[in-house]
Amino acid sequence: MTALTILLVLALLLVVFALLFRLQILTSIFSGTFTRDIGMSNSVNAILMLVFLVFGGAWFAYSFVENFNKMNPPIASIHGHEMERMFWITMSVIGVAFAITQALLFVYSYKYQYKEGRRAYFFAHNNKIEVIWTVIPAIVMAALIFAGWKAWTRITGPAPKDSVVVEVMGKQFNWLVRYPGRDLKLGVVNYRMIDAVNEFGFDLSDKSALDDFTTNEIHVPKGVPVLIKIRSRDVLHAVYMPHFRVQMYAVPGMPTRFWFTPTMTTDEMRAKLGNPNFNYELACNQVCGGSHFAMKATVIVDEPDDYQNWYAAQESFSKKNPEVLAALKQKPNATVSQAAKPAETAEAAPSPLAASY
Amino acid sequence: MSDMAAKPNLSPGVQTQGGVGSAPVPATEHGDHLHHDDHEHHDQHWLWKYVFSQDHKQIAKQFLITGMLWAILGGTLSSLFRLQLGWPEGSMEWLKPFLGKWIEAGKLNPEFYLALVTMHGTIMVFFVLTAGLSGTFSNFLIPLQVGARDMASGFMNMLSYWFFFLSSVVMFSSLFIETGPASAGWTIYPPLSALPQAIPGSGSGMTLWLVSMALFIVSQLLGGVNYVTTVINMRTRGMSMSKLPLTIWAFFLTAILGILSFPVLFSAALLLIFDRSFGTSFFLSDIYIAGQALSNQGGSPVLFQHLFWFLGHPEVYIVIMPAMGMVSEILSTNARKPIFGYRAMIGSLIGISLLSFVVWAHHMFVTGMNPFLGSVFMFLTLIIAVPSGVKVFNWLATLWRGNIRFTAAMLFSIGFVSLFISGGLTGIILGNATLDIQMHNTYFVVAHFHLVMGSSAFFGLFAGVYHWFPKMFGRMMDEKLGYIHFWLTFAGVYLVFMPMHYVGIAGFPRRYYAWTGFDAFSQFADMNKFISIAAIIAFLGQFIFIFNFFYSIYRGRRATQNPWNSTTLEWTTPINPGHGNWPGEIPAVYRWPYDYSKPGSDVDFIPQDVPYSKTQSSNLPYEQELAE
Repeated sequence: MTALTILLVLALLLVVFALLFRLQILTSIFSGTFTRDIGMSNSVNAILMLVFLVFGGAWFAYSFVENFNKMNPPIASIHGHEMERMFWITMSVIGVAFAITQALLFVYSYKYQYKEGRRAYFFAHNNKIEVIWTVIPAIVMAALIFAGWKAWTRITGPAPKDSVVVEVMGKQFNWLVRYPGRDLKLGVVNYRMIDAVNEFGFDLSDKSALDDFTTNEIHVPKGVPVLIKIRSRDVLHAVYMPHFRVQMYAVPGMPTRFWFTPTMTTDEMRAKLGNPNFNYELACNQVCGGSHFAMKATVIVDEPDDYQNWYAAQESFSKKNPEVLAALKQKPNATVSQAAKPAETAEAAPSPLAASY
Repeated sequence: MSDMAAKPNLSPGVQTQGGVGSAPVPATEHGDHLHHDDHEHHDQHWLWKYVFSQDHKQIAKQFLITGMLWAILGGTLSSLFRLQLGWPEGSMEWLKPFLGKWIEAGKLNPEFYLALVTMHGTIMVFFVLTAGLSGTFSNFLIPLQVGARDMASGFMNMLSYWFFFLSSVVMFSSLFIETGPASAGWTIYPPLSALPQAIPGSGSGMTLWLVSMALFIVSQLLGGVNYVTTVINMRTRGMSMSKLPLTIWAFFLTAILGILSFPVLFSAALLLIFDRSFGTSFFLSDIYIAGQALSNQGGSPVLFQHLFWFLGHPEVYIVIMPAMGMVSEILSTNARKPIFGYRAMIGSLIGISLLSFVVWAHHMFVTGMNPFLGSVFMFLTLIIAVPSGVKVFNWLATLWRGNIRFTAAMLFSIGFVSLFISGGLTGIILGNATLDIQMHNTYFVVAHFHLVMGSSAFFGLFAGVYHWFPKMFGRMMDEKLGYIHFWLTFAGVYLVFMPMHYVGIAGFPRRYYAWTGFDAFSQFADMNKFISIAAIIAFLGQFIFIFNFFYSIYRGRRATQNPWNSTTLEWTTPINPGHGNWPGEIPAVYRWPYDYSKPGSDVDFIPQDVPYSKTQSSNLPYEQELAE
């Protein structure tokens, strides 16, 4: 019924519109304005071009300034500050190009509107200016490419040897977090061992997995490089932490990684923003299903001392879930762990806070 | 009605008379023959004339109207998800009569939200801006502007439309099935698109999507081969490649891009079908889903992304290059000036075409691809800014010191340049791998491509329709409605997509049903409401165009033969050209298509078919030599 009413109203509106339109055409034919080729409307459109430039530009400038603070999520990583600088430098370069070309477009449209008796200037090409406006953008691009390339190789380069390691695994629709435990070595995981209890797929036949522990929140120490190892156990996800300027896909069957150095603890950031409820957030940024928009984890940056205390207080997965260990002992499954082992063991064991253990 | 009997005269006449609307060549043997043909065409059954037509003009109209229907649907879908984004807490109960079970307790189903986003993207990119834009104008303009009676193969051309139609039917039917249409995003990344356990839309909806896309690719290839063949082989006498209008250059290069890249999408779709239905593991590995570990091992989801974007990136140029060509033509005609830097325009089109094949992985900087590849693709991607910049500067130089007539087509062309600048510049940010770490998959990307390829290409489409409407239907569209349509759409597009940049810089992820769950993303509620209102108004404004279009087909002012005083060949045909386009000989071509306001000439345009010998007063020195 509602649908019918809406459709009916729309249809009636269309009919009214059509009648008005017909009336307008008939009157304009009658009053003789219809046949004029280039008339008033040409100059009206020319003026509108200028109006659009002025008012559109003013609106854009106003709304940009108005929203500027909202657009800048606070930054809490070393490379984040570098990226931020590069972003706004690039924005100003393109801002200049934007302002010049748009202004020329609308001003020319206004200025060179049709005038009775004037003739357009026959100007087919000019090699000199064409070379100039090819070479200048090329040079600017070269500079931007160079800066971007330098930063990119540094950011995506190997993580420092003393990095803290966290592993994050994406699943529909939340994040699982794992730490390497006392031995600072992540044990083997195997997707075939996943079940309701063993969500991560720990293969406890691997000794280095015995002390690994899982958490709900991600804790990282301030001022120390953090290497995030990323996995997915079902579909694609992406680890996106806007405050740290970190993003990397979680790919089933292909572990990925990203490293960064946090510069501000959660408490410091809360004080700085005056928001006691502030938290660093990890969002999924690759569509992964119905609840994609709610796939979130909290990241807590601690002072290094607090981090160590927290780390030491965690209980390992195998201790929390003795039944998984017991089940493994009943029917040892050596073949599976061998198949999955080499890739993991090849990775050098990083030892961030090793001195304290 | 045999096609052989109607075989048109493909070779231009030996003698040709110059001038606009020159009288057809006196009855020769050919002339008689053609007259006979025309007679036969009038007797054609309507089914062959309007439905299974092999006339390129009729096929172009079929593409256009199908594309318009798809555009209305695509726009409607976007209005639906803008309602959700603008009013995340609002009730949608009133939509229940239309959407049925996808409204649950007054709320839009989140999985259906993803289906809306997916179908909006698929419809707009493939069915509207590829088939509706390039399909329409390549078909319509190539034979008319190169001086050919029809496409190289009218039959293949007809098949091209009907494969598109079939593909449309399949895609449309997927909207109504139990599990809903494909919902994995228009990029259909596996494993999400491969596993029905992951999202219901990856069941039959995805199967239909893949079948539809396979049919669509067949349509594109049939069309593309035809366009390339026609441009290479069937140009009229004197129409060298360096005298082709820029529209034809753009369509020609677009067709080549399509022929080279669509088969790769076909292979990706085929492999995905294998993974989905026959248990292979091209894209699947180590997956535990719905309480079960799958046996697939060794596949790579990143491989799919490579295959997809190897089409996907040239695809955005397939969408934008026809618009560039038409805009060049319309700007020149209505500024009454030659296009500035004709050769540079061709060169930059070729440059863009070549580069478009080696930049695909800039969509994948943070997908786990080797960072070294990221460096290479950043370099190649940012280089594209150079030929794109050349085009913009040349368009500006074309306006400079012109004598501009603001037809509706001209307004949309100017709007195109403006949107292309605005959207293109942010590509410099996204093409930079370092900055893309933060911007990837945010609303900054959404804003960028909606301006640079979405809205721009739409503006090119509108410009083309307003400009060539008189040639299509023999009548004029209403100019005043065109002005209103333009200013409403132009303002609307900026009001929608400029604020989206702000939201994106703040890091809002795309394809989110709601941002209310995140502290970081909950601050732009008002802005999202604003964007939604602007988007819905701009969408409703398009009905002015739809009305104007269909009204003018029947009631528009009758067109004259060359209403815009244009130089290209299509305006030398009769007002309503029959099958074969020219009743007499095909005119020969003597000059480039941009002799507007040439010094020394009485009129401000000299059509391509006027020989230099008739324009002694305006010839440049080297042209004078040709005249003698």
